[in-house]
Amino acid sequence: MIKIRGLYKSFGNNKVLNGINLDVNEGETLTIIGGSGEGKTILLKTMIDLVTPDSGVVEIDGVDITKLKEKERAAVQSKFGMLFQASALFDSMTVGQNVAFGLRHLTNQSEKEINKTVLKNLRMVGLEGIENLKPEELSGGMKKRVSLARAIARDPKYILYDEPSTGLDPITADVINDLIINLQKELKITSIAVTHDMVSAYKISNRIAMLYDGKIEEIGTPDEIKNSKNPVVRQFIMGSSKGPIKR
Amino acid sequence: MASKNPLELLGKNVLIIANHVGEAIKLFVQSVQYALIPPLEINNIMKQMVEIGIKSLSVISLSALFTGMVFAFQIGYVSTLWLGSPSFLGLGTTLAILKEMGPVISGLILSGRVGAQITAELGTMRVTEQIDALYTLGTNPVKYLYVPRMVACMISVPLLAIYADVIGTFGGFLIALQKFNIPPPVYWDEIVNMIKMDAVWHGLIKDVFFGLIIVIVSCYKGLTCRGGAEGVGKATTSAVVVSMLLILASDFLLTTFLMMIGIGTG
Repeated sequence: MIKIRGLYKSFGNNKVLNGINLDVNEGETLTIIGGSGEGKTILLKTMIDLVTPDSGVVEIDGVDITKLKEKERAAVQSKFGMLFQASALFDSMTVGQNVAFGLRHLTNQSEKEINKTVLKNLRMVGLEGIENLKPEELSGGMKKRVSLARAIARDPKYILYDEPSTGLDPITADVINDLIINLQKELKITSIAVTHDMVSAYKISNRIAMLYDGKIEEIGTPDEIKNSKNPVVRQFIMGSSKGPIKR
Repeated sequence: MASKNPLELLGKNVLIIANHVGEAIKLFVQSVQYALIPPLEINNIMKQMVEIGIKSLSVISLSALFTGMVFAFQIGYVSTLWLGSPSFLGLGTTLAILKEMGPVISGLILSGRVGAQITAELGTMRVTEQIDALYTLGTNPVKYLYVPRMVACMISVPLLAIYADVIGTFGGFLIALQKFNIPPPVYWDEIVNMIKMDAVWHGLIKDVFFGLIIVIVSCYKGLTCRGGAEGVGKATTSAVVVSMLLILASDFLLTTFLMMIGIGTG
């Protein structure tokens, strides 16, 4: 379980996270929605300590990751897999080497076992037979799927999705959505996604949290969010330029 | 609001520079600590040695050859003008190459070729979140990216500089033979008999320092790069400029220090 309490993060005078309190339950998919620049990715990255908060507590299975020394922190980080917004595949390596990277560095598996796991995970994301291609030879959707295969290769307990459908056509985006749902069902992985794509948020989430002005404005099931009376939430999910959110 | 007081501005800039220097040194110390923890990324080190060392051979060859030729020409011309013969051409050319031109020219060229490459590569990895991805895959970027480059630089840069010394001296020989008709035995005997080993050490110590400067500056600029493609461009330019300036400034300080303790005075 992930428990966040009183999380603050500023960049200069810009207060990005302004007292976040949030729980992520075991096995659920929680989606954090919010406008561009609201700090969704920063919030996601504080969960894995890629961004260090100014203050607050980020407990992963009862351990505050912000207070750990490097070796202990790496152990907590290894519970996570992450799908990055721009895929973040290592462009000097092949697809197979990308997916195998974590296995080579974090496990004692033999090369034969690693190859087997790579093929299994590429099959799971529907990309068999591309292990020898370079990331530059892949489309945006394929890159996301390879990145997902890399993230799940070590059987992580948690997966973080940073804008999983951004930059993809609606059909490819839906393929990614289905993959996220299948992973949760098949591997029982706890997932946290950030997105501003409401179609994706409604489809993949057990709960949705709206981030606004550095705080969690509202949290609830997709139906509760759809029927919210909160004007901030309503304006965002309707995609309206009129309302309390100013741009 | 921007400060208009020049002293305040100066103070702020000094603080910013001090902060960068501190962070860069901190990162270097971390990388030395990681380098001492096995296992070393041997494959990665070998790959970097090819990138830094082997692929720099052609540019180092040409620059060292022409530098040696120019030096020999200048020394030969001036000594013929003032002394009536191209005296000490081999000695003068080789000493200049060993102690100054070899280390400095190879340092400057490598800060452009290798430093720019390291910063651009690490900077691109930073802005495309590949560095963050390393953390999520249980890999410390300092150990995985910085250490192999540091080890490769520390080995390759002095070796390249020695190679530059040899090529530069050969360039001097070509001019001695072709332009001033100095017989080969005269040129080489002068070098073998009159140049002491501490002139070689003088240059080698500088090479090691210049290699360190290149790797510290370029890795720091790359790993702390921000702001997309534009940020990578700025970081790369900055890494090259800062490395070059530090090489030139430290050359003066190192020369003074080494001469003071008697290395390279002969």
